[in-house]
Amino acid sequence: MKKNILEYFFETVDALPNKIAVSESNAKITFAQLDQSAQALANKIIATKDLIKVPIAVYLDKSIDLIIADIGITYSGNFFMNLDVKSPEDRIRNIIDLVKPTLIITDAQKVSIVKELTNSHIIQVDDLKLRDENYARIDLKRRLNKLIDTDPFCVINTSGSTGTPKGVVLNHRSYANYTRWGISKFNFNADTKLGVLSPVIFDHFHYELCLMMTTGAELVLLDNNQAMFPIKILENLKSSQVNYIFWVPTIMVNIANMDLLSRISLPELKMIWFAGEVFPTKQFNYWRAHFPESVFVNLYGPTEATVDCTFYVVDRILADDEPIPIGNSCNNTDVIILDDQNNIVDKEGEGELCIRGTSLAMGYYNNPEKTAEAFVQNPLNISYPEIIYRTGDVVEYNIYGELIFKGRKDTLIKHLGYRIELGEIEHLAINNLNLFKNACALYNQTKKEILLVYESESEIPITIIRKELSRVLPKYMIPTIIDRVDQMPRNANGKIDRALLRKMFC
Amino acid sequence: MKPKIILILSEIRPEFDFDSQINFIESGMLDSFDVVSLVTALDEEFNISIDGLDIVPENFSTLEAMVALLTKYGCK
Repeated sequence: MKKNILEYFFETVDALPNKIAVSESNAKITFAQLDQSAQALANKIIATKDLIKVPIAVYLDKSIDLIIADIGITYSGNFFMNLDVKSPEDRIRNIIDLVKPTLIITDAQKVSIVKELTNSHIIQVDDLKLRDENYARIDLKRRLNKLIDTDPFCVINTSGSTGTPKGVVLNHRSYANYTRWGISKFNFNADTKLGVLSPVIFDHFHYELCLMMTTGAELVLLDNNQAMFPIKILENLKSSQVNYIFWVPTIMVNIANMDLLSRISLPELKMIWFAGEVFPTKQFNYWRAHFPESVFVNLYGPTEATVDCTFYVVDRILADDEPIPIGNSCNNTDVIILDDQNNIVDKEGEGELCIRGTSLAMGYYNNPEKTAEAFVQNPLNISYPEIIYRTGDVVEYNIYGELIFKGRKDTLIKHLGYRIELGEIEHLAINNLNLFKNACALYNQTKKEILLVYESESEIPITIIRKELSRVLPKYMIPTIIDRVDQMPRNANGKIDRALLRKMFC
Repeated sequence: MKPKIILILSEIRPEFDFDSQINFIESGMLDSFDVVSLVTALDEEFNISIDGLDIVPENFSTLEAMVALLTKYGCK
């Protein structure tokens, strides 16, 4: 059994040194070059701060350099946290203040921004002649021997209702477990070519990285800015002969609505995975009709359970009004459905999906309170400590015994594949920006729009609200629709009546 | 047509001056989220349906490019 994702990578590098590992629009890197560069960076990291098991942040665009940074950090015996270079500085500063990374890795183009954000040590990847120098792997391996499989691999930030994201700590064992499940179930190998559209802060991206390291698959990095021009992305898939995608439904819905699959043929594309939000079945059926030979897999899971915990390989005709099941649990993961009284739901009725197993995260970084709320003792087990993760997602079984996602217990939403706590938008608008006394954020599932309703006697110009919000919120969290009420409707307890607001505005 | 486009753009990205010669896409003034909103807003405002094949960077990089695109759809 391997203790570390790198041990899989060593085998890949030795077996396929000259094969392409990662390609981007104007550059490619082989496994041997990637290995050399990552080692060189690891040596630089150790020379700067000789520590192990500490977080190191990466502030880079999705690029070969970022992948070198992620692997280099792992080589140094530390764990990486990719930051979203598009996020407002305040948000990045909040994350850095919470996680306190020992080092930040960036490049010449972004170093001035990073200097504004932190006093941490900074390494510029483009400062190093990474690909030209030779370093010994042996000393690094000796360092890695000190680590075990439950040591962290990465930190992934998710939205938190208090305005500061939560840093989910995930270990080597859980990523190796998920990646190996994928490989054994779907036969990924060195011929696999993945079209990577996920932003670097998505858990999908971390899986794609592991898959490349483990199997020798090639990552074809697709420019996220192209996501607005779907035809460009599809042309790119065609010219790079991508055979596997793992995407968020939003872009796939756009492609269906624009009927772009009739204009371009992608004969190589055999494996189509999607996760992160509900894929409307009508648009899904459009995709399926255009790829009758391809395998479609719907996956479901929170970042806290390492990418995904359930999957459904589409194996029958689905009616346009029938939801696509999220299926059943992946190997070596168990899902338990609990009702309000913590009784198990095994056939009929709804309940909260809870997860058990190796896939569970270690918790939230520097956040024992939130960790204790979500990672709890299995209520069905009173005999010994056993942690489960409560997702807050409500599910039920269909007649085939497959799980169907029904909704949320709280105000968390999935929008454009991002997980968003609506409370975070409200909190920042009311308490940090002092824009309004009261505001309520809602989500319109059908239109996929975030709405913000604020309480005020007079109209505040939308341009001002948008401008202020964009100082603290990333783009994907800015409400599309902003509306005003004189007074918030309230229920008998004096709480804002969200259900009524939804009726009024959604 | 131009003032209408500028108004739509300024509601999407209030912080920028779109009455300029800068390339909106290359300069990062418009990103992937904006283009989706922009296409929807233009479709609604001008009562057209922009074809997916026309949703390419060249058609949204400047005001002139957008005017040319809309003209192609018969807008005045």
